[in-house]
Amino acid sequence: MSTFIQQLANGVSLGSIYALIALGYTMVFGVLKLINFAHSDVMMVGAYVAFFVATGLNAGPDPSIASALITFLAAMAGAAALGIAIERLVYRPLRSASRLSLLIAAMGMSLLLEYGGQVVFGPQHRRVPDVITDERIVLGDLNLTVHKLIILGVSVVLMLGLHFFVNKTRTGTAMRAVSQNVDAAKLMGVNTDFIIGLTFAIGSALAGAAGLLVAFHQQGDIDPLMGVYPGLKAFVAAVLGGIGSIYGAMLGGLLIGVAETFVAAYLPSSFRDTITFSILILVLLVRPAGLLGKFKPEKV
Amino acid sequence: MLNRCRFPIVLAFSALFASFACKKSNPAPDAPRTPPARDGVGAPPARPVAGGDIVIGEFGSMTGATATFGEMTHRGIELAIEEVNAAGGVLGRKVRVLLEDDQSETPQAVSAVKKLIHQDKVVAVLGEVASKRSIAAAPIAQRAKVPMVSPSSTNPELTEKGDYIFRVCFIDPFQGTVMAKFARNTLKFDKIAVLRDVKNDYSVGLANFFTEQFKALGGTVTLDKSYSEGDKDFNAQLTAIKATAPQGIFVPGYYTDVAIVAQQAKKLGLSVPLLGGDGWDSEKLWEIGGESLEGSYFSNHYSKDDQSPRVQKFVTAFKTKYQKPPDGLAAMGYDAAKVLVDAMTRAGATDGKKVRDALAKTTKYAGVTGDITINEKRDAVKPAVVLKVTKGQFQYVETIQP
Amino acid sequence: MRGAAIKLGFLVVLVGAAIGIDFALREIFNPHWLRLIELAGIHVVIAVGLNLINGYCGQFSIGHAGFWAIGAYASGVLLTVAEQKWGTPSAVVEILLLVGGMAIAAILAGAAGLLVGIPSLRLRGDYLAIATLGFGEIIRNVIVNVDAIGGPRGYHGIPVYTNAAWCIIVAALAIWFSRNLVTSSFGRALVAVREDEVAAEAVGINTTRVKVIAFVVSAMMTGAAGALYAHLDGSLDPDTFKFTKSIEFIIMITVGGLGSITGAVFGAIVLTLLPELLREIHPTLSEYRMVIYSALLIVIVLVRPKGLLGNRELSPSAGIAWLRRKFGKGTA
Repeated sequence: MSTFIQQLANGVSLGSIYALIALGYTMVFGVLKLINFAHSDVMMVGAYVAFFVATGLNAGPDPSIASALITFLAAMAGAAALGIAIERLVYRPLRSASRLSLLIAAMGMSLLLEYGGQVVFGPQHRRVPDVITDERIVLGDLNLTVHKLIILGVSVVLMLGLHFFVNKTRTGTAMRAVSQNVDAAKLMGVNTDFIIGLTFAIGSALAGAAGLLVAFHQQGDIDPLMGVYPGLKAFVAAVLGGIGSIYGAMLGGLLIGVAETFVAAYLPSSFRDTITFSILILVLLVRPAGLLGKFKPEKV
Repeated sequence: MLNRCRFPIVLAFSALFASFACKKSNPAPDAPRTPPARDGVGAPPARPVAGGDIVIGEFGSMTGATATFGEMTHRGIELAIEEVNAAGGVLGRKVRVLLEDDQSETPQAVSAVKKLIHQDKVVAVLGEVASKRSIAAAPIAQRAKVPMVSPSSTNPELTEKGDYIFRVCFIDPFQGTVMAKFARNTLKFDKIAVLRDVKNDYSVGLANFFTEQFKALGGTVTLDKSYSEGDKDFNAQLTAIKATAPQGIFVPGYYTDVAIVAQQAKKLGLSVPLLGGDGWDSEKLWEIGGESLEGSYFSNHYSKDDQSPRVQKFVTAFKTKYQKPPDGLAAMGYDAAKVLVDAMTRAGATDGKKVRDALAKTTKYAGVTGDITINEKRDAVKPAVVLKVTKGQFQYVETIQP
Repeated sequence: MRGAAIKLGFLVVLVGAAIGIDFALREIFNPHWLRLIELAGIHVVIAVGLNLINGYCGQFSIGHAGFWAIGAYASGVLLTVAEQKWGTPSAVVEILLLVGGMAIAAILAGAAGLLVGIPSLRLRGDYLAIATLGFGEIIRNVIVNVDAIGGPRGYHGIPVYTNAAWCIIVAALAIWFSRNLVTSSFGRALVAVREDEVAAEAVGINTTRVKVIAFVVSAMMTGAAGALYAHLDGSLDPDTFKFTKSIEFIIMITVGGLGSITGAVFGAIVLTLLPELLREIHPTLSEYRMVIYSALLIVIVLVRPKGLLGNRELSPSAGIAWLRRKFGKGTA
């Protein structure tokens, strides 16, 4: 029983990572109807920003709340800046082009970041120093760590914050308007370019936060291709929860994380990916809108 | 219908034309399509005979997942060749190493070796670290009758690819048994869990030979779990392993994964030593894994703390050139290059057949990784050392003879 | 009667062509360049196949590496077992075996295409793209989990039958077949589906049927290319068939121009040779292969969204027509 609860905790910890990345996918898809393949690679860049800042602050031997906060904010800011740049330079000129062109551009951007990252940062693995000491926390038979709790906490806080922002603020309302109909929103006086740019900035900032947390999760170990598979999994999570839905992303992330953990615990670990992608196919075929999403049939 | 058949007819004419054209230039077109002919017949190896540099090819993972393996091996080779040239070269000629990056990908390794052999006409090939890439590339060297020396691919299958394929390291069955003996006889463990990388021939081989030997010595393997190279989350497997309460975990993977395994194990309250093989050997192991690896053991080709003069001379030369100490892979690269050069010197020529014969006769070559003797299976017979990870250093524990 | 004779003649011609071209090529090129020709041929088959569904039919698939894997493993495993059982075949048998292997690879990949296509093609645009990506990864995962075919460590020791001639011939056949297909009424239905699915339905095209057929044909061609690939190196590594490979195929057809056979051929050849050319210019440049690919892809989508050739075709008759237009005016 204690093993079971420990596995559940492992799953939730992995799932919160997926959830946080999934939030970014969901936001961008909600507004632009674009699968931003580059999202998880923006996360990778965020992790590298965290690496450079934390190393520069000498946070490894000397962890403190201040250096943790600075690193965290720097990762978010760096990723947000990259997100805005990508939107301006690549996605905006293509907004009137076909969805296919956008999708291809997104794939290209993803590859460019991955392999460009290998050139710029070097292909080798690096270690993000612990900006917060990763103490073990023992609750009876349950082994947790400070990092695992932070991961869960930050994901939940960011999700709630995002939900509040989208539903309760004026800018959030504009964002929802753009997501429903760009042209109509423009006619209503919404600065759509600004809103779309903002969406990318927020989504990418979330990816930057995820970058540091993913580094936490994998013991600080980062490399330029670190985004590829977590990105795919998070994407599956977004689809499972209902793409476009904020709570859906969280729910989907947690479900995928727990499912993967139990598969790896009781079956050969190579079934892990099989299960995730089977979930994806099942959802797409049975309920394309996902668990919490609203399905809008395509209009003629 | 007729209209649609125009294309095959065009093809037919071109084919007829082609076969006439080739009859003229190729007087002996019998036995045209036997597979071994693919790389040999029709393109007689026009290797430079005298004068100019002797060109040796090297293929390695300079980028991609195992980039540090390729890099360290290359540095070892580079240093060896530099020393050879400083001492006047081989057979009165300078030696040059042509490096091709295979990006840690198998198909690229095949391309790279084809290019080295057929385009650049190298006289011999050095490479790879990863067994699966060496195994994929070996048949090309074999067909072209160009000797290939792998510095550190330990999977037994490699040298079975043909009589031109050699290695200067020991093989997995030996390495697996070394760790099993060490765990059972020296550490006196009864119960061990295994965590293997199913994506890697090397890891699977080591895990199998370890399990076999450990059981034969009366030990129990409590649980055998798996992961795939590149995984980052081992919590599930480690939690399952923890439930079986082993005294140690055998993790014969690569250092990138092992470092994370070690940390996640400690965080789950699983504080038993980890045991592994030469895939652990990288300074990055400690850099990523840190304290959680304290007190773990792995088998390796050599120890840089070995006080024998030849090892210390190599370590000093390496440190002077690259500002960091050589790991086992660098030492293997160095020895591979030196053994090859030694064979050329003894053969008195660079042609494939003669170098091959000389390589096969290598006996007690005094390498930095021990005395190297090539046996009839073209594998090196040499001792392994067991190292203990402590405070960021790999401390010598004991030598286990074959 | 006449049909059978034509078919028989066709087979003889094919075998003759294979042997003839093989000799000629081996006279001219060294094995390094031969391998590039072989890879280019294989990529052409895949690109032309993928172009049917992604280019002409407008249904986006990111799962073709999966069909490629099925073809490669099917033929690879089958012919390896055959060789173990009956020993090394003679030259003629070898040719038949390779043709048979390609046929089986195509059939199995086609069956998988049908299995994937029927449910997924109900989805549109991005959703279809994701579904195919998911299926492609599942196919690879299944291979990884079957230990009998090497699992994650790959399958080795496959007999080497493929040569450059085969790759060229199969590529030529693929081009010829695909050209006939797109100029037929079926091809016009494909384009109709791409341009406006609802309108196509309204004029009586069974759009589901058209999409599924195109998908299956495309998967079959990719499967046959897989067989060629399996017998090229003699070893298969499941990592080769990751979804990034599917994206590479997409880059090939996008660079050349979606919906143009010439474009697909051009893209496949250029992207196969590019890393080698880069290597010739400077050894370290080939490390930037993927960086250059991806940058190229983005630039092309931004600057020439229709690819270098758009949907134009190059053919002898088009060439003559172009020459007439260019030089004919003055004399006429």
